[in-house]
Amino acid sequence: MKIGRLLIVGLLSIRVLPALAGVEMFDFTGNVNEDRYMALISQLRCLVCQNQSLADSDADLAHDLRVEVYEHMQKGENDRQVVDFLVSRYGDFVLYKPPVKPSTYLLWYGPFVLLALGVIIVVRNIRQRGRQSETTFSQEEQARIAALLNDERDGERGK
Amino acid sequence: MPRFVRYLLPLVLFLAMAGLLYRGLSIDPRLVPSPLVGKSAPAFSLARLEDPAATLSNADFKGQVSLLNVWATWCVSCRAEHQVLMQLSKSTDVAIYGLNYKDERPAALRWLQQFGDPYRANAFDADGRVGIDWGVYGTPETFIIDKQGVIRHKHTGPLTWDIVQHEIMPLVKQLQAETG
Repeated sequence: MKIGRLLIVGLLSIRVLPALAGVEMFDFTGNVNEDRYMALISQLRCLVCQNQSLADSDADLAHDLRVEVYEHMQKGENDRQVVDFLVSRYGDFVLYKPPVKPSTYLLWYGPFVLLALGVIIVVRNIRQRGRQSETTFSQEEQARIAALLNDERDGERGK
Repeated sequence: MPRFVRYLLPLVLFLAMAGLLYRGLSIDPRLVPSPLVGKSAPAFSLARLEDPAATLSNADFKGQVSLLNVWATWCVSCRAEHQVLMQLSKSTDVAIYGLNYKDERPAALRWLQQFGDPYRANAFDADGRVGIDWGVYGTPETFIIDKQGVIRHKHTGPLTWDIVQHEIMPLVKQLQAETG
């Protein structure tokens, strides 16, 4: 029992330690609001480990950029100004949410275009099908159908 | 719509998709285009690696075509690139400057002594602040700066002799021919 408990504690601390490693000690009593800071660094992307935000990343560069963000905020800059600074250095790539501009129109509006296309195709198909079920046969055609069906029956009987 | 078009459409769509995905295979997602290309080099003034009393600043780049190479002794691929820089410094007259990024002075000086010094001068960026200003995210990186002090090109990753011959030198020659 005791060993089991120790094991669990051990395993849990393995999970916790790396999470602590990337955190700087900042003073949030001044004009930097901690919630604002956390929100900001979690929407900025680390350029070294590209699938992590600045908040998640353990990379050296992420650490430097967190310090940079903090110091910019300390100077009284608003979120927009801090983000603009990083974008001017590293490009739109640092943003998890890319801005809407001509080169990203396809990205932002493409899915809606596809959705609209899908709706058009479905509506057309349904209409066509509706029209088909309405088709009626003329007397001539009905006579031919009856004759063909009879033929078939006769054929089967003959076997 | 003729029937054969209907049957061909999925094939065409498939080929278009496959083409896009195939193209994606040869794109390196780690290469992030720098927004600084075409803009004036970010201003900086740092102590020189070789002489802490002297400074190197972006004003030193004016009037000539310069390369700024970002390097560090802890950077493994910088070691491979170093020979290329040595060769480049011997074979051309382009001014190569270094930004020694988040390094230690004794280690960096030892490196230059051991492997040769291709640089005209090195700026010593101990805390990496100038690096951030230049949008550095992975050493080695090399910037080409024209006579007016405008960044004209950035190469991320180690230079090879092939890249120097086909990418760096043609642009350097073109920029040197421009009237400054």
